[in-house]
Amino acid sequence: MEKFDAIILGGGPAGLTAGIYLARAKQSVLIVDQGSVGGQIILTHKVANYPGVPETSGYQLAGNMKKQAKEFGCKIVSSSKVTKMDLISDQKTIEVDGEDVYTSDSVIIASGGEPRSLGLESEKRLKGKGVSYCATCDGDFFQDQDIVVVGGGNSALEEAVSLTAYARSVTIVHEFDHFQAYASAVKEASEHPKINFILESNVVDFKGKESLESVIVKNLKDGSEQELAVTGAFIFIGYVPRSEAFKGILDINDRGEIIVDRDMKTGVKGVFAAGDVISKRYRQITTAVSDGTIAALSVLEYKNKK
Amino acid sequence: MLQTNLNHIESASQLNQIISENENVMVCCGRMGPMCLPVYDVMENLEDKYENVKFFDMAFDSPEAGVIRNLPECSTFAGLPFTVYYKNGKVVKATSSIQTKDEVKTILNEKFGN
Ligand SMILES: Cc1cc2nc3c(=O)[nH]c(=O)nc-3n(C[C@H](O)[C@H](O)[C@H](O)COP(=O)(O)OP(=O)(O)OC[C@H]3O[C@@H](n4cnc5c(N)ncnc54)[C@H](O)[C@@H]3O)c2cc1C
Repeated sequence: MEKFDAIILGGGPAGLTAGIYLARAKQSVLIVDQGSVGGQIILTHKVANYPGVPETSGYQLAGNMKKQAKEFGCKIVSSSKVTKMDLISDQKTIEVDGEDVYTSDSVIIASGGEPRSLGLESEKRLKGKGVSYCATCDGDFFQDQDIVVVGGGNSALEEAVSLTAYARSVTIVHEFDHFQAYASAVKEASEHPKINFILESNVVDFKGKESLESVIVKNLKDGSEQELAVTGAFIFIGYVPRSEAFKGILDINDRGEIIVDRDMKTGVKGVFAAGDVISKRYRQITTAVSDGTIAALSVLEYKNKK
Repeated sequence: MLQTNLNHIESASQLNQIISENENVMVCCGRMGPMCLPVYDVMENLEDKYENVKFFDMAFDSPEAGVIRNLPECSTFAGLPFTVYYKNGKVVKATSSIQTKDEVKTILNEKFGN
């Protein structure tokens, strides 16, 4: 069993920032990430609103944060799942991949968010065979083909426009009669000759044996269904907080967000949370690094008072 | 060449040599993109645990990567990365798009044993 001054669950901007602050304060820090270190920003082609960093790629920014955390001495374990945890006892324990056990008296949860999926069995089966969550990755497979984009937020509208560089037509399917996006994004998509809209509707099934051949779209007002012949479907229906693992341990609201106070303290002694997983209004890299900083400083204060 | 810590395959002939000389080979063919990076990361993590498997990446946009892009097993793929598993020189499994560590481990255990 290896002991650390602090364990951080999640290596996105919030977790890495907390790691940097704690390691600089001479604390031994373990960062465990169940996926790739960097979090959601590695999904971002272009980051242009992080102060002091002129336009960069999300991958580059995440890589720099990871390097900085490592150089200050954080131990980083990626692609590794937390298989057991005790957050309630004074000595918290975290078991990783059913093998390694780590302990600490403070834990920061920075598990962020994940793309929301439609939750359809056919969506899972056809992932990578027509169903995609990343326009920059997979757009060029759909040269001169008809595709749908599901969603009505900024990501959906912006990615729909970017996909017109490849596709013959892009149909946006959205559940409401209005969009939750900036006016400029709505205007650009609405005025694009290759983009069509089907509003107040949902995709309820993906059809195709080996790869996507069509989608079934249901009109939410009258219940009628239509089949659209498309070979691609890009899904951008928002993000959900990754808090499932902490249900029953921490206070979580009905949106799945962990409730913290202004010092990032949860209701459990020695457990802090930061970033997109907490209950807050704005989710950006800057707000995540701010939360991570506060959580780290609160951990230091907690240790000093012990 | 991809900026990963994996060993890289740069040509079709190198791939053919590797799969003829090694019983179990996993090759992830992708870009430095959001769906590919997690798979490289998983492979880097599993390298030590699966000593019976050789792990490689290959740049999707290299003309040489046609050796993977044009495999019949990948003909319906439309999501990066294309990940191919070879046993004794033959394709035994291929996947498209992002995969989790558990998904990769299941394939490695099923196809290559451990
Ligand atoms: C497509 C896209 C574009 C964006 N563009 C911008 C932009 O241009 N500018 C901007 O400011 N913001 C942008 N954002 C928002 C920004 O990326 C997020 O607000 C920020 O990444 C949140 O950081 P985080 O550390 O809280 O969480 P995340 O980035 O989500 O990181 C959480 C990490 O925790 C890991 N994890 C999850 N659960 C567990 C667990 N149980 N145990 C261990 N690890 C776990 C995950 O694998 C992940 O690596 C964008 C988001 C997306 C999706």
